[in-house]
Amino acid sequence: MKQGAGLRIYAIAYLVFLYAPIILLPMFAFNESKVIAFPLTGFTTSWFGVMWEDAQLFKSLQNSMIVSGSTAILATTFGIFAARASTRYRFPGKGSIIGLIMLPLVLPEMIVAMSLLVVLLTVGIPLSIFTVILGHVLICTPFAVAILSSAFQSLDKSLEEAAYDLGEGPVSTFRLIILPLVMPGVMSSFLICFTISLDEFIIAYFLGGTDTLLSAYIYGQFRFPARVPAMLALGSILVLLSITLLAIAEYFRRRGVAKTGGKNTGGFL
Amino acid sequence: MTTKPTMIEFRDVHKYYGDYHALRGITATIRAGEFFSLLGPSGCGKTTLLRTIAGFEGISSGVVLIDGKDMANVPANVRPTNMVFQSYAIFPHLTVEQNVGFGLRKDPRSTAEKSQAVTESLEMVGLKGFGARAAHALSGGQRQRVALARALILKPKVLLLDEPLSALDKKMREQMQVELIRLQRQVGITFILVTHDQEEALVMSDRIAVMFEGEIAQLADPETLYRRPASRKVADFIGTMNFLPAQILSEAAGKVEVDAKGFGRVTLDADQALGAPTGSGASIGFRPETLTLLFEGQTATDRETMATVEEVVYYGDMTYYDVKLDGTETPMRMSMRNVFGRPVLDIKTRTRVAWSPGALVLFR
Repeated sequence: MKQGAGLRIYAIAYLVFLYAPIILLPMFAFNESKVIAFPLTGFTTSWFGVMWEDAQLFKSLQNSMIVSGSTAILATTFGIFAARASTRYRFPGKGSIIGLIMLPLVLPEMIVAMSLLVVLLTVGIPLSIFTVILGHVLICTPFAVAILSSAFQSLDKSLEEAAYDLGEGPVSTFRLIILPLVMPGVMSSFLICFTISLDEFIIAYFLGGTDTLLSAYIYGQFRFPARVPAMLALGSILVLLSITLLAIAEYFRRRGVAKTGGKNTGGFL
Repeated sequence: MTTKPTMIEFRDVHKYYGDYHALRGITATIRAGEFFSLLGPSGCGKTTLLRTIAGFEGISSGVVLIDGKDMANVPANVRPTNMVFQSYAIFPHLTVEQNVGFGLRKDPRSTAEKSQAVTESLEMVGLKGFGARAAHALSGGQRQRVALARALILKPKVLLLDEPLSALDKKMREQMQVELIRLQRQVGITFILVTHDQEEALVMSDRIAVMFEGEIAQLADPETLYRRPASRKVADFIGTMNFLPAQILSEAAGKVEVDAKGFGRVTLDADQALGAPTGSGASIGFRPETLTLLFEGQTATDRETMATVEEVVYYGDMTYYDVKLDGTETPMRMSMRNVFGRPVLDIKTRTRVAWSPGALVLFR
């Protein structure tokens, strides 16, 4: 046990560094003082009230929900097509095509944002939440492809053949057999794309135009010290929300694993 | 046996995967209602051939006919065949009932009639009362039965079985072999089984096609395959066969006179002489049960030879001996049923062995 002491301290320090700031969020959200500093002065829920009455906040939240929802649906749909193609069919240039689809995964978002901005301005498309969705689909699709590819890959090919053998066509086979079996992957992909899109700042800031998204709005509010506690209140709610989302995603994944009788191998979440 | 009508016909079927020649001119007929096996080592093309019947695999040239109809442009989902997959391919998200009834989706019958059909089908494979279970919770043997019920409920003309027993343990496998034979007799459907297990093929089939490297090496009933293999390769693949070098002395009037090492001069009927000349010299082949030990006071009904025991393998009901016939260098495998009161011989024992020229085969 003595030998492991150093490593244990390292592990604890790492976890503290990772999670302490998140714990500070609700701590200051319920603190009376406008100043974000210790010692805490007293308990209050008024910052949640301030947040609640912020009309602009709701507007940006609404924008973000539209963007994230659309992005998740589109990226997951594209992901299904790409994953299906890459796991089931052989075609010339497959490797490079898949490589190009996956590239945005490692491409700095700043480059994506800048180049898209240049193109949009040149073509003359006005900046709006629509252009943000465009950018977000671009960066989320590789995640969707990665998650869905593993879901499609673990599918036994003879299940599909069995459905054909029993008289079904390609469309009904996809609907009755393939889709239900990759559904846990589809759910994971949807939730992860949603989260990535909701978090994303650079593209949202660059391509949003006059439509402010939640991430950009929060950043903007930090310039006014008096607004900060309300933002922390919002942050606390977001933390709670993402924990709930992850729990839902994990629930679906586990149910999917149990349903298909597979072994629980940890999964993405 | 009366000759049954033809169910499946292959006419010079070839299949290429790129440069790889997987099926090299298959011509064969499978009769209606027979239990037919495609037997061969892995990579011989037996599964590919099965999949050309199902329609999962296109062919490069040739013709596949099912019940007289050319299958060239008939997709898998409308062919009168159903398949039991090696992995069983049970839909894991559906119940047993839903699995078995899956093929009835487009059936115009009423829901009540369909559910009656599912119940009957489950009963037939011995899974009465399993309908509501989740498919993924079944054991290997049960999945196998669900796969059978699911395929047979559609009353196909041909049932295709792709190594269906390979995933089961020995006991379960033997039990399923018997059940498959019973089931085939009961429904009267043509069964085509792919297997690499020669014993399984011998036990279950009416006729067997032995395949090597994309070609059918021999197509015959189990007894002919065992007694009169068409080539040394077939003989080697089916059961155990011993070989001894031999010289053909004369051939005339349906008789072949041979001088075989260890056996001496023997006269064989022409139908015992098999295989095309290989140029590497003729050899005599015989199965382990051809040789019989002679104990004190026993005399051979036909011929006998002296031999030395080189190896003894005791199996309980049987003992396998490797014996060197006098005048030969290679030990030959022989099997003896262990009868009460008869000793198991020790290594290096000198003994007499009895044999019959009628049980020998000659490979030219």
